[in-house]
Amino acid sequence: MDKKIAILLLRFSLFLLIGAVVFGVVAAFVFIDAGSLGKTFPFRNLRPLHVSSAVFWILTAAAGSVLFFIDEATGSQNPHYKISSWYLWVWIIAVLSVLVSFFMSKFGGREYWEFPPLLALPILLAWILFAIRIISSVRNVKGKWPVYLWMWVTGVIFFIITYTEANLWLLPWVRNNIIRDITIQWKSNGSLVGSWNMMVYGTGIYLMCKISGENTTAYSRQSYFFYFLGLTNLLFNWGHHTYLVPAAPWIQDVSYIISMTEWIIFLNIIRNWQKTVSIVMRHKNLLAYKFIFASEIWVFLNLILALFMSIPAINLYTHGTHITVAHAMGTTIGINTMLLMASVFYILSTIKQWSKNELLIIHTSFWTVNISLFVFWLSLIGAGVVKGYYSATVPGQNFQLMMSETMPYMHIFAWAGLVLMTGLTTLATMALKGNYNLKQKAPAAQGL
Amino acid sequence: MNYRRIAFFTIVILASVYTYMVYTAGTNNMDGDLLSAKAADGKLLWQQYNCQACHQLYGLGGYMGPDLTNEVKLKGREYPKFFITQGSAKMPNLHLKPLEIDDIVDYLSCVSNSGEYPIAQPNTTFWGGLNLIKTMNIK
Repeated sequence: MDKKIAILLLRFSLFLLIGAVVFGVVAAFVFIDAGSLGKTFPFRNLRPLHVSSAVFWILTAAAGSVLFFIDEATGSQNPHYKISSWYLWVWIIAVLSVLVSFFMSKFGGREYWEFPPLLALPILLAWILFAIRIISSVRNVKGKWPVYLWMWVTGVIFFIITYTEANLWLLPWVRNNIIRDITIQWKSNGSLVGSWNMMVYGTGIYLMCKISGENTTAYSRQSYFFYFLGLTNLLFNWGHHTYLVPAAPWIQDVSYIISMTEWIIFLNIIRNWQKTVSIVMRHKNLLAYKFIFASEIWVFLNLILALFMSIPAINLYTHGTHITVAHAMGTTIGINTMLLMASVFYILSTIKQWSKNELLIIHTSFWTVNISLFVFWLSLIGAGVVKGYYSATVPGQNFQLMMSETMPYMHIFAWAGLVLMTGLTTLATMALKGNYNLKQKAPAAQGL
Repeated sequence: MNYRRIAFFTIVILASVYTYMVYTAGTNNMDGDLLSAKAADGKLLWQQYNCQACHQLYGLGGYMGPDLTNEVKLKGREYPKFFITQGSAKMPNLHLKPLEIDDIVDYLSCVSNSGEYPIAQPNTTFWGGLNLIKTMNIK
């Protein structure tokens, strides 16, 4: 029964994905021409609609994937169907209420969570229910946990902690101290991203184990090492966003040291490159694997960007520019969305038969998304370089002049975004299409 | 207890201690960053009108409009007041009441006094390359 709920969550998440890209593209065109379009679709409504739909797409799809796999991964016997059901409905109502509040121009929260703070309660309640459901399955697992279980549980629990932290501004002790308020805001947002990354990456590892048919990676020392490195980054690697906030200097020092540990991940990708390529060649025809491989390429590209952005001397010029947005978009679309699409298509491939025509459309959309995302990502970096150059060389620069210099890049960004939207909505539509029959057994290894 | 659990709890305990330090000593010693009652109201209005969708403070927020961290210090109180009251080609006039505008400008004024952004003279993290920038006199 929990699998039915998981499928409902995944279907709901796909609608959120469509919403996220549609709002995002309209916002991009309003950004380059705020005149008449901006009057019809105000940017201050579009931006939170886009950001929240994207965040909720990731959280909902990650939760749906974990819920779908959890009983199989732990060998538990569906212990709390009612809790899953409660979670589903409280979550859907909370998410829809947030989106409605944005349409009605009811704000009150802060960056990334701009809805009225009262709506934080159902979100937290839903997630607590989800955590209870997941823990009820994993607590009876005997012996050594595979690394993906560690990652799922860490992601689920730390979401509750960091989301609570994101709402600490409600206390006057926090919000009336500007530096504390901004520092905690960056801290909680950075760690929240780390929390959902744990769930998404854990799902990616689980899928790799399923696809390859062997579970040894999930128990290897190297996997645990990278899990603990990820956990350390989740808890400490938020600080490179605060290099320019006048908090105590030791916060910046700790942040810098921790962010440089990402070089280990980077070097490991290079070290394992040949192995990765051979796995790709073996599984290149699998639908789910295509998305996993794309995510690995995006991890590599975004890691290079993150490492440079974390060096204080470079961060001085990249912070608050479109390079930060490039990193956010590159990770949420290139990494998170690719891995979640892998999960969605893997799950669907077990319960649904794709026709040759459908597979061709999915294949074409896959390439459309990745190529347009690359152009989109580069254009944001280009705009960021221009903005950074202006801040560095023209003190007290004229904002409009600087914006006009970035406009050629922003035009490419908007048009590439339109193509990206077409690709992602086609993928989401293909995944939503048709009847879902959990009893039907289809080969999971469907592909071109 | 196996080594994975020990590692997990060690990292979590370290992070908890670090969080406590960030919440207190790390962000406690700044001058001029505490909000007056009017500025505190202004902060809530800043959020209720979702000004952060277009404007940044310390680089956090949308890019449609300029970063306003030091706006009041650099251009005075009347400058943001004018834009809030009149709007511009890109900025909507949200028809705020005069008292609301005053509160928001009070908030921006407190933010302005809390620090400098972007930092013209970085003086932190020797090994982060910032000293190199200072030596080369890059602005």
